[in-house]
Amino acid sequence: MRHLTEIRWHGRGGQGAKTAALLLADVAFQAGKQVQGFPEYGPERMGAPITAYDRISDREIRVHSNIYKPDFVAVVDDTLLHTVDVTAGLKEDGAILINTVRPAEEIMPLLKGYPGRVYLLDARKVCMATLGKYFPNTPMLAAIVKISEVMDIDVFLREMETSLQHKFARKPEVLDGNLKALRLALEEVTECQ
Amino acid sequence: MSTKTRMSGNEAVAHAIKQINPDVMPAFPITPSTEIPQFVATMIANGEIDTEFIPVESEHSAMSAAMGASAAGARAITATSSCGMALMWEVLYVAASSRLPIVMALVNRGLTGPLNINAEHSDSMGARDSGWIQIYAENNQEVYDNFLQAHRIAEHKDVHLPVMICQDGFITSHAVQNITLWDDGPIKRFVGEYEPEHYLLKEDESLAVGPYAVSPYCMEAKKAQAEAMKRARKVILDVAKEFEELTGQHYGFFEEYQLEDAEYAVVAIGSVCGTAKDAVDAMRAKGVKAGLLKIRVFRPFPGEEIGEALKHCKAIAIMDRSESYSSQGGPLGAEVTAALYRAKATAETVNIMYGLSGRDVKVEDMEQVYESLRKLAAGEEHFAEYPYLGLRDGTENVLSRQ
Repeated sequence: MRHLTEIRWHGRGGQGAKTAALLLADVAFQAGKQVQGFPEYGPERMGAPITAYDRISDREIRVHSNIYKPDFVAVVDDTLLHTVDVTAGLKEDGAILINTVRPAEEIMPLLKGYPGRVYLLDARKVCMATLGKYFPNTPMLAAIVKISEVMDIDVFLREMETSLQHKFARKPEVLDGNLKALRLALEEVTECQ
Repeated sequence: MSTKTRMSGNEAVAHAIKQINPDVMPAFPITPSTEIPQFVATMIANGEIDTEFIPVESEHSAMSAAMGASAAGARAITATSSCGMALMWEVLYVAASSRLPIVMALVNRGLTGPLNINAEHSDSMGARDSGWIQIYAENNQEVYDNFLQAHRIAEHKDVHLPVMICQDGFITSHAVQNITLWDDGPIKRFVGEYEPEHYLLKEDESLAVGPYAVSPYCMEAKKAQAEAMKRARKVILDVAKEFEELTGQHYGFFEEYQLEDAEYAVVAIGSVCGTAKDAVDAMRAKGVKAGLLKIRVFRPFPGEEIGEALKHCKAIAIMDRSESYSSQGGPLGAEVTAALYRAKATAETVNIMYGLSGRDVKVEDMEQVYESLRKLAAGEEHFAEYPYLGLRDGTENVLSRQ
């Protein structure tokens, strides 16, 4: 197990990539880790490419730079594959997770020959089956935790339940759907062969 | 007596404000400090604190209202960044010379232009001669701890000066990290109630605040203000000592990291120091005696102590996150170099411009700074002018090419 895991999120403004990064830091903290979760800020607007980062470690995190050699990359919107170099610096022994409805043969040529593991998740399908609305960050969060193994899945699900109970204290009907989305994403995420 | 949790730098400042429960907070929103008045307004709405929040129409008014409240005898705070502070400019000087112990949360962001919202020290460095005490932080923990100490320093009878508590915009203000929060009871006792000696609402005492000062007396007022800034040195250390007894957290004028036997030292302020510490460890692993001096207190400037701490080094890089457009480097470069001269240091020095407008600094960049210092001391490198770190340019005065 790495003493430091670095994760980079690519998304579009409004999709919740920043929220996912901060949620991951939050839940990793609950699991006893040292964490750093932060977005890269600029002139934000809906739909523009955004980047967010997580550092999760067993030791104190002092560095304050962006992440250039991530262990894992999560791409919340597959249209970014055409415009953003999502595998830049990605470690070969790491992995990339992409939210897409497209088959692997369409996605793989867009990854510039990245030799590491590639995972796909249809977050829309997961969301529609569980939430009835498209919030891709919830399933993506579950999938990246599974792939990166930054924490035990049972601990993750338990801490997420606590966190969501708090977050949706006034909307308990949403809690169940979110938990289902997390569990379904864990089943649905698949590695490209 | 503490809770381990995680929050951003802005949340950490808001938590400090919640524990202090100041009397008055006039503020105007500006990125990246907007969250601070936003959190405070929420706490007021939830009945957690009873601070009087004044939603003013500009930062000039924010500082003016803070002055009015402070002069009346209230504990007043505000928060701002960048151009917001620039709009306070005139009033910053009036607040300091009126000896009002206002505390400001400054989330450092570059002054325009070009228009940019990211971390830079040009806002606070521009105000370095305004008479405010300036204390900087590397991370969320430090900005929280510094804010808790600010009122004790500002309101001390030997000081009576405003204090700005600075942190790097977005880099620490918006990054969620682990933090230890101190329990309310001991912190409230540590901060204490504000009991001013002289104030406008005091019965049976006439007082003028900010009147015209004629030349035969005005210079004496300025000297008295300068003496207060000198006296702040002891108060800052005394308050830090008391804070350490309470929390175990050690603070001084600056932090020395692997500096005692260092041959090559970096002097810097703020979040880049965390990155520099990782670089020091990497250089030490390669056998290079690297060290760091992280400035916490920039006003009053601890020049004598800095000179003493650095004078054994062979080469020193002084890092500025703020251009002076002086053609000689930045403000930290000028002041640290002067301190080294007074300490009769013989080290080679280079003043490096870095991180302007939020330009990211990697551990590798800082390793390159140490490598340049080694070459500088060995006579293998020479800087005709002050270099820029990580500039998209191929000129000779660029330290790392992208």
